[in-house]
Formats: sequence, structure tokens, C-alpha cells
Amino acid sequence: MNTSDYRPLDVQAIRKDFPIFTDNSFAFLDSAASTQTPRPVVEAMDVYYDTYRSNIHRGIYRISEEATDQYEKARQKVAQLINAPRSSQVVFTRNTTESINLVAYSWGSMNIHQGDEIILTVLEHHSNLVPWQMLAQRTGATLRFLEITDQGLLDFTQLHDILSEKTKLIAITHVSNVLGTINPIQSVIDAAHAAGAKVMVDAAQSVPHFHVDVQQLDCDFLAFSGHKMCGPTGVGVLYGKLELLEEMPPFLGGGSMIRSVDRDISTYADVPAKFEAGTPSIAEAIGLGSAVDYITQAGLASIHVHEQELLKYAHQQLQDIEGITIYGPEPHQKAGVISFNIEGIHPHDVAGILDTHDVAIRAGHHCAQPLMKKFDVIATARASFYLYNTIEDIDRLCDGLRKAQTIMIRRNK
Amino acid sequence: MNIYQEELLDHYENPCNYGTLPEPDISHEEDNPLCGDKIRMDLLVEDDTIKEVRFCGHGCTISLAAASMLTEKIQGKSLEEVKQLTRDDILDMVGIPLGPVRVKCALLALKVLKAGAYGIKGWPGEEDE
Repeated sequence: MNTSDYRPLDVQAIRKDFPIFTDNSFAFLDSAASTQTPRPVVEAMDVYYDTYRSNIHRGIYRISEEATDQYEKARQKVAQLINAPRSSQVVFTRNTTESINLVAYSWGSMNIHQGDEIILTVLEHHSNLVPWQMLAQRTGATLRFLEITDQGLLDFTQLHDILSEKTKLIAITHVSNVLGTINPIQSVIDAAHAAGAKVMVDAAQSVPHFHVDVQQLDCDFLAFSGHKMCGPTGVGVLYGKLELLEEMPPFLGGGSMIRSVDRDISTYADVPAKFEAGTPSIAEAIGLGSAVDYITQAGLASIHVHEQELLKYAHQQLQDIEGITIYGPEPHQKAGVISFNIEGIHPHDVAGILDTHDVAIRAGHHCAQPLMKKFDVIATARASFYLYNTIEDIDRLCDGLRKAQTIMIRRNK
Repeated sequence: MNIYQEELLDHYENPCNYGTLPEPDISHEEDNPLCGDKIRMDLLVEDDTIKEVRFCGHGCTISLAAASMLTEKIQGKSLEEVKQLTRDDILDMVGIPLGPVRVKCALLALKVLKAGAYGIKGWPGEEDE
């Protein structure tokens, strides 16, 4: 991992950018679901709404030109963030899920046929599983699954057994949203390409947290969401290799995605417009551009190191709690996510009691039911970290968990 | 008011009518797709009246305590009375303020009861939200 731009984060200064942390006793530990929004991001969207709100790409007047310009600048910022060769390879969507569905429908309908195989992993979020199930049902293709070890690491050796000339695509998450496992996607991509298969990377949990370089990875498609990286909801990104995006048919039809329209037939615009039918989330894209500035200024290497420190501390502290099971690998093999259960307490109750102590965590199946079944649990509690979290947040979490134990377990003894 | 107050915890730790019936007239099971909680209810019905009821399953405090309270409430009631039970009856019975996610936990047992007894598979949306 590139740590060249590392400098320690000034977390207290960062927290001042987030009005929700004005009350310093609130421990928000659910950034893997959606992050908080710093003022500069909200302000960038306010400026659009207050001073140049208009539709893009069409208006022959100044504020529309300004809106178009800012929308396209946001695209350039995103392209730079992931080191895309050209900004036209960045398609704005609603979120990761829509990006993956776009590929499943558009690329999938052209390239996946009866008898073809798509390889997934048991770590996948439903967003990188259900679209492929639907594609397989439409086409008669087969889904194959890479398993994980008991430590929650991808069983990479198994890939060579199931990878074949039938494999057309590997769809894999970069970082597990449940376990935090960082998958060896470089090796997966290299192996896939050697077998002639394409690779779709679900980067929803990686792009916000460390450097992801699409040219170095050589991935074919990569998807992530604005709302998990300090940006607003309602905007996501699909990166694709240019030759793939160019040969793919449109996903949604309508305005903005056409070159010319006749009664019976239309010709389509070039990428990325071909995939951005209708008025897009303009303010949100501009907000995402500002979020890219924000996390780049903080430094992705710095964010990663900060999260590693929190993760190590959280592992140490949580391990001391009686009856706790932590799922997934050791801190150095994962990103800032920690899933656990406490013996005798349902994760909903854990989260409910923590909420009364101003600690926000997730409890449930985290949209990863196959993984829950693998670990033979109904649900887990999950704490996840971002650049604004502190050691004190983790202490509050641990205090809350001990409180939950005194409430829930005392009478069983 | 704390959602983990004594009465709820009592029902959670020592649930009423927990278990199954050997030959139930009605047996139904549902889960909460949000969290995987699962509850089954067995009913013995005689002359349109609930003679015996048992429930089993796994879930959080709210879903299991609500199920336990519900079995107490419906014992000896007529099917017509059970039919009239609403979301508000359950929330009154639970007696503490609940957020929208936990409301679904509280209502799971009623969903099982109604779906099982009356075949109301599609729980009316306005009751659930």
C-alpha cells in the first residue's frame, strides 16, 4: 500500500468540520454503512443550489455552463482519485448497486451466455451477488463461489480449481463490508486475465479508505458510492476500461444519452453520457467532487494508518470482554471494520443498549446472508471506523458493551 | 424510559408458553428478513377459542418478549378477538417507545399469529411501518 503521503491526521480538527460531532460524546461507528458529511461538501452543494442551479449539458446561458463545468470537474476529480486514464471512463450512477447492475445488464447481456460461468465470493454484499444471480437466470450462466477460511480470508488456492475457459467474469469485493477482509484482488485480476475473464471490483469499502489505482490493478470494472466517502447520498461511480464501455449497449434510455433520435431508432452518445440517461444527481456529483478533495487533503495513506491504529486498539480492548467472538482476520489483514457477537446477547440488543449510550453501531446480517450462514450466525454487531473516529469512541463502545452485559446477563447467573 | 426495563427482560429470560405443541391445529413460522429473527407459533383451537398456545424461535429481547406477552394475551380468547388485534395493541402491550426497526421486532409475533391463523400472508403495509 502506498504510504508516501502519510502524515498523522489531526482528528480533532477534522471533527470540527462535522457539525454532528459538536456534541463530543457521540460515538458514530457505522461509517461502513454511510459516513457523516463535512461542511465543505454540504457547502459545495449549497453554492450550486444558491448561485448556479440549472440543468447541465443543454442550457445556452451562463449558470448552466457553470453547472456543466462543475459536474465535469467532479468527474475529473474522481478519475484522478482512482487514477483512471481518462475522466470519460468515470460514469456517475446512483450508487455502487446501480453501477454493478449497469454492468450486469449492459455488459452481461452482450457477453454472458448459456454455460458461461461467473465467479463470486461468499464475502459479497448482496449488491454484488443478486445482480449476477439475475443475470445467470436470464442467460443460463452458472455462478461459482470462492470460499473463505475460518479466519475470514479468501481461499485463493481454490481459484485455480474453479477458474476455467468457461469463466467469463469474476465479481469480487475489494474489502468485505462485514469482516473487513482486504482481498488479494491484484492476484485475482491477474489470474482472471490469464484465463481470459474480466473482473468487476466492488470497491465501496476500499476507495474511501486507501489508495486504489485502477491502472495498476488493471481491473475491468470498479464501482463505489459517494455516501461512504464523506459525499452525499444519491451518487455513485462506475469505472470501466474504455474499450469495454464503448462496445457496451446503453443501460437506461432517455435524454442526454443520445446522439440523434428518429421515430424508430436512435444513435447513442459517447461514454460516459451513453450511460447517464436523464438529469443526473448534479448537486450530489458536485458534492462528491468536494468529498474527493476533502479525503485527498486529509490523505488516504493517513486515513488508512489512522484506521489501522483504531482497529488494533479496538481488537485489544474488545478481546478483553468476556464472551466476545470477533469474526474475521487480524487487524493488519483488514480495513476498519470489526464484526462481533457477545455470548447470550442478541446483536440487536447490543446495538439497542449502545444507542442509549450514544454509540451507533450496526446489527444485522449486513446484506451478506451467505456469509452469515457460513459463520453459522443469524446476525452480528459491527463497528466501523473512518477518519473522524477516536480512541475515545472505542472506549465508549467497550463501556457500552460492559453495560449491556450487566443489563442482559446478570440474572442468568 | 429505558427499553430494557424489568418487565421486558423478565419475559425475555422466562418466556411464557415457550415450546411447541405435539398436535397443533395451527402452526406457523415467519422470520424478520431484516435481522433473521424467527418465531413459530403453535395453536390448539376448540370451539373457535384458543385452548393452548406455544411459541418458539430466536430473536432479540423485543421480539421474544413481545411474543411471550402475546401468548399470554390470546390464551382463551376467541379467534374473532384475535383477529381484531392491531399493531397498536402490541405496542401498548410492550409499553415502551420503539424506533421503526425495533417496531418490526415487536410485531413479528403478531405477524406469525395472523398469517398462521388467517392466512393473511401479506401483512398490510400501514400496520408494519
